[in-house]
Amino acid sequence: MSAKSILEADGKAILNYHLTRSQLIKPSPLPPPTTHNPPPRLASIYFPADASVSAVLDQAEIMHPWLLQRDVRLVAKPDQLIKRRGKSGLLALNKTWEEAREWIAQRAGNLQKVEHVEGYLRRFLVEPFCPHESNEEYYININSVREGDWILFTHEGGVDVGDVDEKAEKILIPVDLSEYPSNAEIAATLLKKVPKGVHNVLVDFISRLYAVYVECQFTYLEINPLVVIPNADKTSASVHFLDLAAKLDQTAEFECGVKWAIARSPAALGLPVAPATSKATKVTIDAGPPMEFPAPFGREMSKEEAYIAEMDAKTGASLKLTILNSQGRVWTLVAGGGASVVYADAIASAGFAGELANYGEYSGAPTETQTFHYAKTVLDLMLRAPQHSEGKVLFIGGGIANFTNVASTFKGVIRALREVAPQLNEHKVQIWVRRAGPNYQEGLRNIKAVGQELGLNMHVFGPDMHVSGIVPLALQGKTTTIPEFST
Amino acid sequence: MPSTAPTNGASPAQQNLSANDNILRFSAPSRPLSPPAEHTLFHPKTRCFVYGMQPRAVQGMLDFDFICKRKTPSVAGIIYTFGGQFVSKMYWGTSETLLPVYQSVEKAMAKHSDVDTVVNFASSRSVYSSTMELMECPQIRSIAIIAEGVPERRAREILHVAKKKGITIIGPATVGGIKPGAFKIGNTGGMMDNIVASKLYRPGSVAYVSKSGGMSNELNNIISQNADGVYEGVAIGGDRYPGTSFIEHMLRYQADPACKILLLLGEVGGVEEYRVIEAVKAGQITKPIVAWAIGTVAGMLKTEVQFGHAGSFANSQLETATVKNQSMRDAGFFVPDTFEDLPSTLAQVYQKLVKDGTIKPKPEVQVPKIPMDYSWASELGLIRKPAAFISTISDDRGQELLYAGMPISDVFKENIGIGGVMSLLWFRRRLPDYASKFLEMVLMLTADHGPAVSGAMNTIITTRAGKDLVSALVSGLLTIGSRFGGALDGAAEEFTKAYDKGLSPRDFVDSMRKENKLIPGIGHRIKSRNNPDLRVELVKSYVLKNFPSSGLLQYALAVETVTTSKKDNLILNVDGCIAVCFVDLLRSCGAFSAEEAEDYLKMGVLNGLFVLGRSIGLIAHYLDQKRLKTGLYRHPWDDVMYMMPDIKQPGGVGGGRVEVSV
Repeated sequence: MSAKSILEADGKAILNYHLTRSQLIKPSPLPPPTTHNPPPRLASIYFPADASVSAVLDQAEIMHPWLLQRDVRLVAKPDQLIKRRGKSGLLALNKTWEEAREWIAQRAGNLQKVEHVEGYLRRFLVEPFCPHESNEEYYININSVREGDWILFTHEGGVDVGDVDEKAEKILIPVDLSEYPSNAEIAATLLKKVPKGVHNVLVDFISRLYAVYVECQFTYLEINPLVVIPNADKTSASVHFLDLAAKLDQTAEFECGVKWAIARSPAALGLPVAPATSKATKVTIDAGPPMEFPAPFGREMSKEEAYIAEMDAKTGASLKLTILNSQGRVWTLVAGGGASVVYADAIASAGFAGELANYGEYSGAPTETQTFHYAKTVLDLMLRAPQHSEGKVLFIGGGIANFTNVASTFKGVIRALREVAPQLNEHKVQIWVRRAGPNYQEGLRNIKAVGQELGLNMHVFGPDMHVSGIVPLALQGKTTTIPEFST
Repeated sequence: MPSTAPTNGASPAQQNLSANDNILRFSAPSRPLSPPAEHTLFHPKTRCFVYGMQPRAVQGMLDFDFICKRKTPSVAGIIYTFGGQFVSKMYWGTSETLLPVYQSVEKAMAKHSDVDTVVNFASSRSVYSSTMELMECPQIRSIAIIAEGVPERRAREILHVAKKKGITIIGPATVGGIKPGAFKIGNTGGMMDNIVASKLYRPGSVAYVSKSGGMSNELNNIISQNADGVYEGVAIGGDRYPGTSFIEHMLRYQADPACKILLLLGEVGGVEEYRVIEAVKAGQITKPIVAWAIGTVAGMLKTEVQFGHAGSFANSQLETATVKNQSMRDAGFFVPDTFEDLPSTLAQVYQKLVKDGTIKPKPEVQVPKIPMDYSWASELGLIRKPAAFISTISDDRGQELLYAGMPISDVFKENIGIGGVMSLLWFRRRLPDYASKFLEMVLMLTADHGPAVSGAMNTIITTRAGKDLVSALVSGLLTIGSRFGGALDGAAEEFTKAYDKGLSPRDFVDSMRKENKLIPGIGHRIKSRNNPDLRVELVKSYVLKNFPSSGLLQYALAVETVTTSKKDNLILNVDGCIAVCFVDLLRSCGAFSAEEAEDYLKMGVLNGLFVLGRSIGLIAHYLDQKRLKTGLYRHPWDDVMYMMPDIKQPGGVGGGRVEVSV
């Protein structure tokens, strides 16, 4: 759990809903709004791997009837945490629905290369097109640091915004919000280069945006371009956020989950509400759907990863699994958030970064059964990939635990090993074990006994061995004077 | 408490020793301690509160204190707002001590003015409010926050206030830290055997700061093997905004003359390592630093990976482990090529300092022994003890509840019904389906028999007196005995005895009459041979159809033929019928040996059937009365005959006895 990126559609929905509702930190120069924003026009269209593209699009027309309005001009783009979409040709501007539909249909489900990452395009966002001049494109970014939140602003936004750290005006809002700057200060720092007439509108917008940022516990929010269209006599303006990237603090779910959910409820989005059919309707804990945190572009979450993530979310223990290369030769089953990184480092520095199949860890005293399911998942993935002429390597590693009972977590690992013992030998899997901590003696004794009983190619070490000392032994054929664990 | 009277299980030799005699009590210091130096966070007299009920962690801290030869435990008390308990009993070496448990922070602080540290085990949801409250107390100098998953904004608010007040925060998302010979936060350092193995009971010369708690224990081990041991170690936690970071602790270590080597274990993500580099460049830190940043793998992977720690994610090139390691190397830190080489790098630095006289290795001290905890020793399989209780029918310890070995999910998968559950729990075996069905049938038939019978009457009266469900149910059940409901046991006994002796039905009836005994299970108030009890007919036909043998039922029916020939209503009643059929079941279903069948009858299992079945009806009567909102029942006077003895007459009526002649 940490700060996680969210879909552009979700970010926009949250802003649209909460901009007028969040409590301002200090009064804005404009009178409080008398009405709330209407539901946003956000058609977030998802194409599952096995669904027909045209059927999904047909359904989208039903869910978002405004797509079919006469003379509607639209923007279409993938919504998958892809940066600089415009530069990769992944932005369709000023299209009719027919054109946008066609544009999406050509791309949905396709493998797409963005910079050096490849991934499938599965989720698109369609919105009304907002005609504007290029000198009306601004840029705003809020990001959190230890001392507070930086607001970066420049009047030269747009696709070619360039190095914002260099050119943007900045202001640090301290953590202690009683020290929040005055409207005059905000205008003087951020809006130096902006026509005076739109200052009030922009200060109001920035104040509201920041209030949402705080209230909904964003950790990052970037809008580029932020379009500010002044009225004829340049005394006021309308503000539109065209492109948005955001991260929320997932750990704040217990405080903000309600706010994240309600902004994305069908009512807030103006979607037709499906009739509450008796059995099929699932009751969610809040007024809307729980927040989704999509995997980064190019790394679709596999069934196994989702399974572990679900188990992780449901228990106090920590269980993590990321598949890096399902065909890799080197697999890890490591306990501890720090030790797991150390293992990955050691494997990479031995020259096997490309062969590293997974990153993962289990910690926080998981039960025997949780460890079993975790280990089983990793072993299944390892044995599902085709055999390799040089065999495979499995590290069952970990540091010296502080309070996890090693014997009981190892029982889970051992159960998983037993289930797949014949395949382990078929795939010529070398198993290297290093672990210590409460009751490690019994844990290591048991796993060693099982290794011998099942005839596995296994080496077992205790705390005398350096935490990741088994990696060079296994991968680079180095030798050691430290004896293997024996009873 | 009197010092005699051994409690159960105490050995006779200790008869004059009460448990109380083995409890040590520690008084507060007579005068306030002189304030510690600015750079000293923990010292051998540090006293703390543990926030949250964490007996295992507290015991670990007390054990650590004991082997460090502290005079008083480091934990002054426990703050547990969910309260209820006033003291918590802990071991102090081989004796015991009582730690006070406070429900409010304010009270705890008022009682212990010498406490300046809190180990906060509150959950990620409540840690913000509790830490904010703790920081209101002027005596608090440092707080360790253990919880993982504290919202980043809340963590920043905590550290902002802490900075203003000069409070040191360790964490969130950490195991804590340790100062050998002085103080240990929570679970840091693991179990006693590891603390002894890594020599954490006495100070060395190497002080470290690490992000990861798990890796801090690894560092304890590395330092004890490659240098003279740990002087102090802090795990700042893996979150994005740790309350204190590397630099704060590194500066403390620099200022502390007893600390000779600094060790920094950084990580991909964040820029905190650079602040240490700046301090070195500015000449604020002059002691040798051995350092490594983990997460060098990140740059070699194709996609971005969120590692185990929330903060371990590089947002820029500067935040990658590789650049950090190079920058630290350039600044003159001792940075190995890989983490695996860190021990030898440390050993080299240490040997150099020993050679030039900066470090003078001290002689090893004797380690006091701590007895192993009973629970841990038994987990390790080192000890055994006879159990005071045995249970052979259900087990709730595993992942799944077991009924006589059958997992509860199978109970539903195989749909064994309440009869199946009864057979598992009562008889510890699966009975054939027809037998389970029979048990269910008995429950259904005995469930209720109207409001007028004694059990239901009692329940109704108790309910109307305003009592709760359990009281009303129990008052009804208590009437069950040889007169009410008990006919089942009696019938089973008499019929079986006669049948097994080989008495013919007629002989049986005759012998009972000679003994002036009624035959239990025979006779009904209204029903007769021509007006049969349908309940009996149901049981009879089921048993005759499904049971492999029904010898005793046949016998009882023959007895009925004899008795009904005397009087029409002397039929086999429902109690008798159930009783004999149940005996047939025990004897013929093949699941029981003859001896077992006998034993179950003796144990009164038939009565159990009636009690269980009738509980359904009694609860129904309770609910019925509640639903009707009936008031207190008072029996009318005119329904009681009052007959008082005349005490004025000597000897009263009939010499003091009340005689009733009808």
